[in-house]
Amino acid sequence: MTNTVTPAKQFGELRLDGVGRSFGEANALTDLSLTIQQGEFIALLGPSGCGKSTALNCLAGLLPLTHGSIWQDDKRIDMTRPERRGFGMVFQNYALFPHMSVRKNVAFGLEMRKTPSAEIKERVAEAIELVHLEDQAAKLPGQLSGGQQQRVAIARAVVLRPPLVLMDEPLSNLDAKLRLEMRTQIRRLHQALNLTTVYVTHDQEEALSLADRLVVLRLGRVQQIGTPRELYSRPANAFVADFMGYRNLLKSTISAVDGTRVVVDVSGLSVNATAMSGFSVGDACIVGVRPDDLKVVGPGATSDGLIVDGTVEVVEYQGREIVSEVRLPNRLTVTVRTEEDLHPGMRIRVAAEAGRTLAFADDNTVTRVPDLGVSPEAVAAGAP
Amino acid sequence: MSTVSVSDPMVENVGRRTRRIVASPTQWVVWGGVTAFMIFLIGTVGSVLVNSLGRTWFDAWWPQGFTTQWYGQAWTQFDLSQVFLVTLEVTGAVLLISLLIGVPASYVLARKNFPGKGLLNLLFLMPIMVPPITYGIPLATALYRFGLAGNMSGVILANLVPSVPFVIMTMTPFVEQLDPSLENSARMCGAGTGVIFRRILMPLLVPGMLAAGILVLVRTVGMFELTFLTSGNSSQTIVVALFNSMNAAGIRAQQSVDAMAVMYMLMMLIILLVALRFVNPTQLVARVKEAPQD
Amino acid sequence: MSAEAVPVSAVPADPRGAWRHRMADRGIDRTLWLLLPAVIFVVALFVYPFLYGLSLSLTPGTGETGIFSNYAKFFADSYYSSTIWLTLRLAIPATLFNTLASVPFAYWMRGRFPGKRAVTTMLVVPITLGTVLTAEGLLNFLGNAGWLNRFLMLIHVIDAPLKLTYNYWGVFLSLVLSGFPFAFLLILSYTSGIDPTLERAASTLGASAWQRFMRVTLPLLAPGLATTFSLAFVMAFSVFPSALMLGNPQGEEHVIAIAAYEQAYTYYNYNYASAIAMVMGAVELLVIAAVQLLRRTFYIGTTGGKGA
Repeated sequence: MTNTVTPAKQFGELRLDGVGRSFGEANALTDLSLTIQQGEFIALLGPSGCGKSTALNCLAGLLPLTHGSIWQDDKRIDMTRPERRGFGMVFQNYALFPHMSVRKNVAFGLEMRKTPSAEIKERVAEAIELVHLEDQAAKLPGQLSGGQQQRVAIARAVVLRPPLVLMDEPLSNLDAKLRLEMRTQIRRLHQALNLTTVYVTHDQEEALSLADRLVVLRLGRVQQIGTPRELYSRPANAFVADFMGYRNLLKSTISAVDGTRVVVDVSGLSVNATAMSGFSVGDACIVGVRPDDLKVVGPGATSDGLIVDGTVEVVEYQGREIVSEVRLPNRLTVTVRTEEDLHPGMRIRVAAEAGRTLAFADDNTVTRVPDLGVSPEAVAAGAP
Repeated sequence: MSTVSVSDPMVENVGRRTRRIVASPTQWVVWGGVTAFMIFLIGTVGSVLVNSLGRTWFDAWWPQGFTTQWYGQAWTQFDLSQVFLVTLEVTGAVLLISLLIGVPASYVLARKNFPGKGLLNLLFLMPIMVPPITYGIPLATALYRFGLAGNMSGVILANLVPSVPFVIMTMTPFVEQLDPSLENSARMCGAGTGVIFRRILMPLLVPGMLAAGILVLVRTVGMFELTFLTSGNSSQTIVVALFNSMNAAGIRAQQSVDAMAVMYMLMMLIILLVALRFVNPTQLVARVKEAPQD
Repeated sequence: MSAEAVPVSAVPADPRGAWRHRMADRGIDRTLWLLLPAVIFVVALFVYPFLYGLSLSLTPGTGETGIFSNYAKFFADSYYSSTIWLTLRLAIPATLFNTLASVPFAYWMRGRFPGKRAVTTMLVVPITLGTVLTAEGLLNFLGNAGWLNRFLMLIHVIDAPLKLTYNYWGVFLSLVLSGFPFAFLLILSYTSGIDPTLERAASTLGASAWQRFMRVTLPLLAPGLATTFSLAFVMAFSVFPSALMLGNPQGEEHVIAIAAYEQAYTYYNYNYASAIAMVMGAVELLVIAAVQLLRRTFYIGTTGGKGA
């Protein structure tokens, strides 16, 4: 990796203070407070319509705030026009100027800053080299592939050495393989240039692999802010858990409380779980377990958390592993990810540790598809 | 062709039968219609052309002998150099002004939502929806009151009335299909509004402006009513001069009127050929978006 | 380094900035100035003359009283009031013919085929030539000694020349010759805009060609038909040079545009002329409103099940 590009212009910290944006009556973003340290990679994560793009556009200045303020060190910048903030931005659909060559596109921002032409030439060449597009520099965007266009967009943003780079779902228009490659490139660029980055995505895997810290949003409200590890192992609520891959989220009732340990009743099945919020007996809750924390165990096995027998209904082959739907005696199904060789109709026993079985407050954020209760025979016969 | 598995065989049979019966008569009707239309078109254009080249033509299939003398005669008789000059000047001015007024307006209408936008859209649609005579007569009266009619300025102003809305109607969808994130990304690169207009929007809007300009050109050269109502003797465009000379028939030979008509026709066909390099024929008719019905 | 030092103005509490912000939020910002020339244009050259004409029309002529005297005169004088009927008698059948005849043609030509551009180009020619030239050509072509009558007599379809000029048929044919291509090209753009997979979907569901047309294409075409009819009607209703040249402008083809014109330019009675122009606009907008209303009923009726 070339390291010739001088590191980005520094600032101490960028502070969002109670930032909100409403469209008429609708609140697209409510009360977002966040302090971004120089050099940090922040991911804004959430499903579509959660306010993550609104937050990014507010930060860019493309959308005026309706509440709160944004501070760059001790300068308030939320009234500053976007072209004066000096941030770089990468758009979802690249937004390359179709009538300018790659080189002209990359040079555009420097020209706006009245950089001497010799310096422009040098820096543009550097940036193009950085994204490995030396051979395409004279081409128009329309002659490039999607991945190449994306790289031009990134080069156009980083050539300015902006104090902050904003990325709006930059990889969502690429195919799966290219997405993985570009992800590595972005991470590498971030490390090489020490770019402070705010990255919007709806792909939790992308966010977890790229970011130093994640901000999970839902309906314009922050659900949790934390490092990937924190979010992955200790989601704040059922919504975040759902987003972090806790596919088994079952409505239950608290039947006993002992500190952070609780006993919950999942439709007649008694399970020991870890409480993620304050509970008292009789409260509704949602029990969450990740498919890979549910282990297929032998007949004599025991567990301090959950242990139950079930019948394998659906089997999806995923490389080394198998993802399987298992129907429990209480008619619910759970998803199990295992390396065992399962096939439909098999009787198995599954177990999960109490530390990996989390009980969340039931805030009605998670609605699962109603259980269809199809018989294993029907599934085996290929019925929907 | 249909391998539809329909439970009711009747449906399929009906489908087949209508197909066989309808398909070929439809073709007959369509080709018959096209032929009839072409006969009328060629007959209409041809009669003018043949008459302009004929010596005398009276109650026969063809004139007795051919000549090109009428063309020279028409050129001097109707002072066509002046007429063509006026036509050129009027069209040029209307073209330029309507683009200057219409393009910025269509940018705002395509990109912004603001109070009163619906009303403004309706106002811009009205000159297209109201017959030219309806607003042409009060307009001409008002222009005469300010001494602006009976000369070139009146003709230009009157022709702007349908042209500016037409530019707006053509350009608004064109601006809409430009990705707004292009402007945003230019902004993020540090470009202000002026630079965005000059360096990003203008180059990208050139094809649209070309199309809109061509359409305005064709319409202005062919616009009869408004020019007729506002022009004076020395500010007639070719189409008005043609009409006046036809109605003053008897004084001049019909053939020289037709010679002038052929010159007008040639001019229009050349414009059309140029136009069709840039726009498709459908666009020449109207690029009116669905009229705003509340 | 200093090259990209973008000035970041400190604006902790700038009331003007905040106000600008709030207005921008409602869509009011400096870009709206770009609308100014167009607004000035439409007010000065369309709204003002229109209102001026309206006020003229409400000014009684010499020896008359009452603000509606011009309108009263118009409706009392059958030579003038009949112009409404005489115009509609030409414009509505011609527009209906042009619009409806276009549908099968446009439906048949909706796909891509070689020569489509040639056909459409041919059709644009009469539009480009304009009404004046069309009228002149038709005068030659349809006249008693014109090629059409000669041909029809040659093949013994008729014995005496058909009278096709200086009457209703001359004007009607000129409206078709310049109006049909206009309607056709518009409808063609609408039929080409209908997703062809919809019809294919209908055929996999067992719909015949006729059913596909009636149940899928036609309802989708309804708004386009209404718009086409309206625009074609505007053209036909303002029939002026062709009525003067091909019709009998003092008799059966004394259309409303001629009435307004002769009052303004022959009798110099601008008040009366403006009143006639206003009546002309009102009648035209009424017809268009009726068509749009009809379309709405028709369209909702065929999609069905949604309630009024």
